[in-house]
Amino acid sequence: MNRLSWFNTVSLTLGFAFLYIPMVILIIFSFNESKLVTVWAGFSVKWYGELLQNEAFLNAAWVTLKVAVLSSTIATVLGTMAAYVLVRGGRFLGRTLFSGMIYAPLVMPEVITGLSLLLLFIGIGMDRGVMTIVLAHTTFSMCYVSVVVSSRLVTFDRSLEEAALDLGCSAAEAFRLVTLPIIAPAVISGWLLAFTLSLDDLVIASFTSGPAATTLPIKIFSAVRLGVSPEINALSTIMIAIVTVGVLTASLVTKHQLVRQRRDEQNAVRT
Amino acid sequence: MRRFLLIAIPYAWLLALFLVPFAIVFKIALSDAAVARPPYMPQFDWITGVWAFLSKLDFENFTWLTEDDLYWKAYLSSLKIAVISTFFTLLVGYPMAYAMARAPEEWRPTLMMLVILPFWTSFLIRVYAWMGILSNEGLLNQFLIWLGLIDTPLVILNTNTAVYIGIVYTYLPFMILPIYSALERLDGSLIEAAEDLGCSRMQAFWLVTIPLSRAGIIAGCFLVFIPTLGEFVIPSLLGGSDTLMIGKVLWEEFFSNRDWPVASAVAVVLLLILVVPIVLFQRNQQKQQEAEQ
Repeated sequence: MNRLSWFNTVSLTLGFAFLYIPMVILIIFSFNESKLVTVWAGFSVKWYGELLQNEAFLNAAWVTLKVAVLSSTIATVLGTMAAYVLVRGGRFLGRTLFSGMIYAPLVMPEVITGLSLLLLFIGIGMDRGVMTIVLAHTTFSMCYVSVVVSSRLVTFDRSLEEAALDLGCSAAEAFRLVTLPIIAPAVISGWLLAFTLSLDDLVIASFTSGPAATTLPIKIFSAVRLGVSPEINALSTIMIAIVTVGVLTASLVTKHQLVRQRRDEQNAVRT
Repeated sequence: MRRFLLIAIPYAWLLALFLVPFAIVFKIALSDAAVARPPYMPQFDWITGVWAFLSKLDFENFTWLTEDDLYWKAYLSSLKIAVISTFFTLLVGYPMAYAMARAPEEWRPTLMMLVILPFWTSFLIRVYAWMGILSNEGLLNQFLIWLGLIDTPLVILNTNTAVYIGIVYTYLPFMILPIYSALERLDGSLIEAAEDLGCSRMQAFWLVTIPLSRAGIIAGCFLVFIPTLGEFVIPSLLGGSDTLMIGKVLWEEFFSNRDWPVASAVAVVLLLILVVPIVLFQRNQQKQQEAEQ
């Protein structure tokens, strides 16, 4: 490919400026001395200090983390099972319904999912709290996991599994020793996706949480509704920093793995 | 036995936590408002049989939706906002996707990463970031006044314009990624051939590039349009009191007015509106998959 034309350079520059300037401004103003978020009054980290003393935010952060870890882990197990069934399951009763239920939550408006789950929990008399949010998050994120994992399973060379079976592996061993390591990158990115979806969710959590369990997005939303505040800027900066570090690490790890895999393949061809 | 469990566990989970809840929404949407007076719910009466259930059905909540013009105005204005913001997202996203696909190969992973990174960052925070920029004494107005373009601050926050900006901003990656993947597969020699045959660059773009990236454009538009229609966060943070969006109406009907049957009916109608774009989207995806094979 040749170098970028001026038009392409301009559209990339403007596009990325549009994507990143709001977040950069947010980060800069989290270090603002003034309570007014639009007037710069000198550098300060005091909002971070206040944030760390804010019990309500810390509690909410803890609840959010618990919910995210639990729901993304269950969702990864269920989603991987569902993906396996979709790609390898063959025919079974209600297959169309099953795949429909996998894809439908991806496009469902959150307000509807939240409303329907709340009505269910009330209908069966379940107290709302951490448990109900976990159930709700698991349900929608398992669908994302299964889409990610099944795209990997589709391109998977089945003969590797058959070879393992021929060499005396049981079906479970073949799955554990051959299939799982190969689909592992998809399973891990499925887990990460489920984890971030859960951290991020406001609407469904609002419907399914009770007074005892408030997640961070619910807390942020109710604070933000009253206007812009430097404490929220500080909180946002911390969250953006965590995500950036996480995504960069993940991409470096996968890049490293890819390089190693290619080297191994080349070595295998040579010997 | 093992195969049975493998199928049964996720199946049962989805039935219990996805399909059954929907059935309940339908049921409540059709049940009498008086029986289901909030915040108390009637006990579910699966045992009394289907007939008893059917005899209680009425469409009162749906007729209510047609009588109060708040609802159909909200549906129409949601549709309008979704269409306009999808169009603008395409307008911003296409050139970016195009430039990414044309960028030197070694840049592409980094550019991809830069598009995906905001997607991993909290949606709520990305919407919030605009509140400080768009407000009357916000940075955009300060900047425009400093440039001398305006004397008095523009009112942007709490208007539909702010909602459009918020939607284009947060949904941009959903538009860029499918278009990029369509454009990246595009065979460059086709454009050369068109130019050799006498097309100008512009003509080659309209006659070759756009049609060949159509599947990506369609996928991107649906990925923006479908979730936007039920959007709640953006209109409540950036929109004003005159911004009517159905997701917000449903939320308020439920949490503020506590009228659950009407909220359920609003949800059912929203779902019915969404059936068409969702089916079209799936057809487009299937066609694309077949084309790849």
